[in-house]
Amino acid sequence: MNPVDKRRREFFGQAAAIAGAMIAPGLMLYEYAEAKAPGEPVSGKVRWGMLIDTTKCAPGCRECVDACNRENGLPGTTRATDSQWIRKVDLKDLKTGKAVSLPVLCQHCAEPPCVDVCPTGASFKREDGIVLVDRHTCIGCRYCMMACPYKARSFVHETTTGQSPDVPRGKGCVESCTLCVHKVDKGGTPSCVEACAAAGHQAIVFGDLNDPSSEISKRIRAATTTQLRADLRTDNGVRYQGL
Amino acid sequence: MTAAGLLRAVLAAALLLAGSGAVLVASASGPAVDAARSGPCVEDPKVMRRSHMDFLKHDRDDTVRRGIRGIKHSLSACVDCHASKVDGRVLGSEKHFCQGCHTFAAVKVDCFDCHASTARPAATAAAAAPGSPR
Repeated sequence: MNPVDKRRREFFGQAAAIAGAMIAPGLMLYEYAEAKAPGEPVSGKVRWGMLIDTTKCAPGCRECVDACNRENGLPGTTRATDSQWIRKVDLKDLKTGKAVSLPVLCQHCAEPPCVDVCPTGASFKREDGIVLVDRHTCIGCRYCMMACPYKARSFVHETTTGQSPDVPRGKGCVESCTLCVHKVDKGGTPSCVEACAAAGHQAIVFGDLNDPSSEISKRIRAATTTQLRADLRTDNGVRYQGL
Repeated sequence: MTAAGLLRAVLAAALLLAGSGAVLVASASGPAVDAARSGPCVEDPKVMRRSHMDFLKHDRDDTVRRGIRGIKHSLSACVDCHASKVDGRVLGSEKHFCQGCHTFAAVKVDCFDCHASTARPAATAAAAAPGSPR
């Protein structure tokens, strides 16, 4: 190789490295601009959702349920009066024998029946699609529990102790999955999603349904997914694959 | 020393204690509470004593309904700062910050029926290390 060629190559090599460094921060900036800063209000441009791939969900595995209980300070007991934000459900088609196991939680409906029936406005849907209970205004009437087609809500029957500072909960209020809103507001991911990934199943994908480039949007575009009780037209934020 | 002289001495000592920003805040006119940290509050203490409940009520809706986190008047921030050095709590006895004052003023405090009355572990560790940033 003659010396002129070598210099040319070095020049192009350095130029490519500099161009790469310029582009990478540009992409990062774009991503951060889309994410919400903790001090900003939520916006309707985002709609949080979840995709649960039942073909990857292992029967008997309760990692998501346990992670939810730990994160939200729930007792983890399953008496009829105990709070359960996620339930593992096993289904079997009696004709074909096909069995599936899936977690069922608040479906974060776009048209939530619980919000329709709440007499005080305590049950509400945030701009970004997360359905919550404002416990400051909840009177514990439990109409929302009756209205929910998914049995997703629980009533706190007993005095609570050992709450997490981020998840206040107390006797006399209705509660349900918050999509770990305290983590999502700071750019995090719900605990069940993290636990499922840590257990090696990766059956749950969390993301923005309104962003066409998010992983969840790509997945629901590529594969057939279903919303539970789609006939009710509640337009659930939680979708299931392989049901 | 006469009785009046003794009273003056006690009052002077109490003033000195309060003026030096000591941990045990004691005065003739209020409850003695064991606050973990000295240093400025988010508002003037006089304003806080009168209006803390209004600040909390205003900002709770911003957090619950609009998802604004890390706001100035956050109950968990109150607890992190004011929790006792001994057990990291704001309730439990009349030495504890919230309960001490609420018992003195005979006002029921029901925030902690739902909210955690214990500081986050990180906040307790920061309080134990003197001179650490808030």
